[in-house]
Amino acid sequence: MFDYATLKLIWWLLIGVLLIGFAIMDGHDMGVGTLLPFAGRNDNERRAIINSIGPHWEGNQVWLLTGGGAIFAAWPLVYATAFSGFYWAMLAALWALFFRPVAFDYRSKLPHPAWRNAWDWFLFLGSAIPPIIFGVAFGNLLQGVPFFFDDHLRSTYTGSFWQLLNPFGLLAGVVSLAMLTFQGATYLMLRSTEAIYRRARAASQLFGTLAFITFALAGLWIVTGIEGFTITSAIDPNARPDPLNKTVAVVTGAWLHNYLAHPWTMLVPLIAFLAIALGMLFSRFNKPVPAFIASSISCAGVIGTAGVSMFPFVLPSSADPRSSLTVWDSVSSPLTLSLMLVTTLIFMPLIIFYTSWAYRVMRGKITTEYVQANDKTVY
Amino acid sequence: MITEQLVDLSRLQFAITALYHFLFVPLTLGLSFLLVIMELTYVVTDRPIYRDMVRFWGKLFGINFALGVTTGITLEFQFGTNWAYYSHYVGDIFGAPLAIEGLMAFFLESTFIGLFFFGWERLTKRQHLLVTALMALGSNLSALWILIANGWMQNPVGAEFSYMTMRMELINFWAVIFNPQAQAKFVHTVAAGYVTAALFVLGISSYYLLKGRDTGFARRSFRIAAGFGLAAAISAIVLGDESGYTVGAAQQTKLATLEAMWHTDPAPAPLVLFALPDETTRSNAYELKIPYVMGLLGTRSLTQTLPGIAELKIQNRMRIERGIIAVSALEQLRRDRNDAAARAQFEQYRGDLGFGLLLKKYRADVAHATPEQIRLAVDDTIPRVAPMFWSFRIMVALGFAFLLLFGCALWYSLKDNFSEKTWLLHWALWFIPMPWLAAELGWIVAEYGRQPWSIYGILPTHVSVSSLTPASLYGSLAVFIIFYTLLLIAELYLMVKYARLGPARTVAGLA
Repeated sequence: MFDYATLKLIWWLLIGVLLIGFAIMDGHDMGVGTLLPFAGRNDNERRAIINSIGPHWEGNQVWLLTGGGAIFAAWPLVYATAFSGFYWAMLAALWALFFRPVAFDYRSKLPHPAWRNAWDWFLFLGSAIPPIIFGVAFGNLLQGVPFFFDDHLRSTYTGSFWQLLNPFGLLAGVVSLAMLTFQGATYLMLRSTEAIYRRARAASQLFGTLAFITFALAGLWIVTGIEGFTITSAIDPNARPDPLNKTVAVVTGAWLHNYLAHPWTMLVPLIAFLAIALGMLFSRFNKPVPAFIASSISCAGVIGTAGVSMFPFVLPSSADPRSSLTVWDSVSSPLTLSLMLVTTLIFMPLIIFYTSWAYRVMRGKITTEYVQANDKTVY
Repeated sequence: MITEQLVDLSRLQFAITALYHFLFVPLTLGLSFLLVIMELTYVVTDRPIYRDMVRFWGKLFGINFALGVTTGITLEFQFGTNWAYYSHYVGDIFGAPLAIEGLMAFFLESTFIGLFFFGWERLTKRQHLLVTALMALGSNLSALWILIANGWMQNPVGAEFSYMTMRMELINFWAVIFNPQAQAKFVHTVAAGYVTAALFVLGISSYYLLKGRDTGFARRSFRIAAGFGLAAAISAIVLGDESGYTVGAAQQTKLATLEAMWHTDPAPAPLVLFALPDETTRSNAYELKIPYVMGLLGTRSLTQTLPGIAELKIQNRMRIERGIIAVSALEQLRRDRNDAAARAQFEQYRGDLGFGLLLKKYRADVAHATPEQIRLAVDDTIPRVAPMFWSFRIMVALGFAFLLLFGCALWYSLKDNFSEKTWLLHWALWFIPMPWLAAELGWIVAEYGRQPWSIYGILPTHVSVSSLTPASLYGSLAVFIIFYTLLLIAELYLMVKYARLGPARTVAGLA
């Protein structure tokens, strides 16, 4: 079908699409969950907020699992190295995610205020912690991760968990949390009325601003202080993956090489900034539909910016730069990549089709009256 | 250096999280299917009681499903966090079914479960039935892809090792999909899920009948569960036999240990019905045998023999000795990819590479293994007999007990006097936990019986782990146990509470 090099590139794009899909879909659920204790001041308001994502969060969370599965299938070395290296961070994200299904489903099954209040805060934790951790992880990818491969491609992580929480990593965590909360706030505006709507609108201004500023700061930091990685040996993109068969240099400013070599790629960060600004503007003028669309585009812009900066690197190694994993040498066999491509091309349109149908069926504003009228059937 | 302690802790963590996840899977598989049957009855008959049935059993389904989702994420994460070398070594094959499961099945199931609960007022009757059916299809397809992945761990077909990339690579995906092990396991596992759900509905309905409340609802639920359960129990037993037959072909060590066959019996071998297997003397005390049956079940012939443990060890010793040559040749090739002599040697012995890797547990430089270390590695190739023997026997005995229970339930349903048979109602009620026990034992037979391999004959469990410290494992294991205990308490509390409240006080009246 395609040659190996093309397949490798397509899969870099597809993983990017899945991550963006996760940020847009599961991201708005997480944003709404993060806002829940603040945007809802009493039980009825909180139920209205929860039910604005109630019928959909389960399907949306599959973006995360499918993203993980796709990384496993397409970039097994990345999956193995990142998940085992970031052991505590990954498990902390997992444990936070534990709270979500049970909080949604169990919260309103008992009437006690203490029970419900506790699950609201668990839902908050389950919604706010994963975006922070994923952001911190991205921040560390940009700085390089301390691991190396032995001759049999067994990876060893030489850092610690606390090392991940460095200033740049934490800044990236804030970018991620702000971006997804912005996304959740614009979504909540779409589905709410009155007091909740007003609080969601205020939150969108706050988190939009925060996302804009922190994203700009991170960019500035990369331009001035963060060392990037660059391949210094000849690369045959069609070769069988062999991560140890290259040399890599660590150079300040290397993360800007792609932007300088292909200036049109500067559109990606530009779109990110523009989309955040437009999203805030639309929300200010009470236009939630374009605000949500703009905020979704900003997710794509922010993730795309990191992707373009690092290309072809996926998981650079600070401990042993030649162990760095790239688009060319961390991939599956051509057969697996082709097979997964065909599967994705068949099922992704189907998924988008029936997800849209589900949103269509459940469309409309969720009010506190609606929750009271359907007390036994909604969350 | 990978220590045995690290490997044991990693295995324990995986076993605990997988067994725990599997507490919620069978009920999801079966109950989703039962909900389709109930809703179909509602659409055809237009009687609101069947709609109440879907709503009430659906509520319990939801309580269970929440934890199924919660604990399922763990497993996807854990291949990467704790089994990193495994993930690298076989991700090319194993990752694909997991990703396809997400795209084809889990999206479907998860999107429609939302509409199942929230769509009652917004969908027509037929549309809602379609939603329920797609949800059930999604959950069952999900099981299919997971068991294709698991079937490949048991019987790794359609793939080949590459010394260039230092991993297994896919060469024939159809072989992976139509792997006889995967297909047999899939149908057996979903049938076991149907039994679980049928007994769940049967037992709770019996509770209402014993209490003399919600009787109209309970009687109808009982009948549906009895019919569905009998069909499911028969399928689980017949398909379990098929699964056993494919094990005989692909995994002789598993079959030999679960039948406690210390030596090769002349064909057709007898079936050991009862015995006390003794690991030290390598023999069975108090054996009760049925002649010919094992040979017939295991080989479906009168002439083929089934190798016993002693004979398997002799074969495995030869494979380990060949494997040492394969590992040495591979190490030479990793140093110099163009070494023609090493490549020729590797090509000759590559089939036994995995057996050579078994020695990695005892030393890094496999080529210098001592005879004592080789002996230990040979012993490792056989899982311990007693856990296999007993897990298998209890599972099978439970299978036949389910058959009998559903047989009685259906018989008295047809005679329409089951609500007076209090012994039957009590039996059904107290038997509710048993399908879970059978399912967990089945998992032990399948996965403990696969040891010492993570990929049978290809990759030893010992070399599959991530390079972590035992301290990390103790820490994560403790957090998992705390979380899972608290979640289970919340789940059981709600489940029992809603089951006790019953349909009249939870959903009926809304209809």
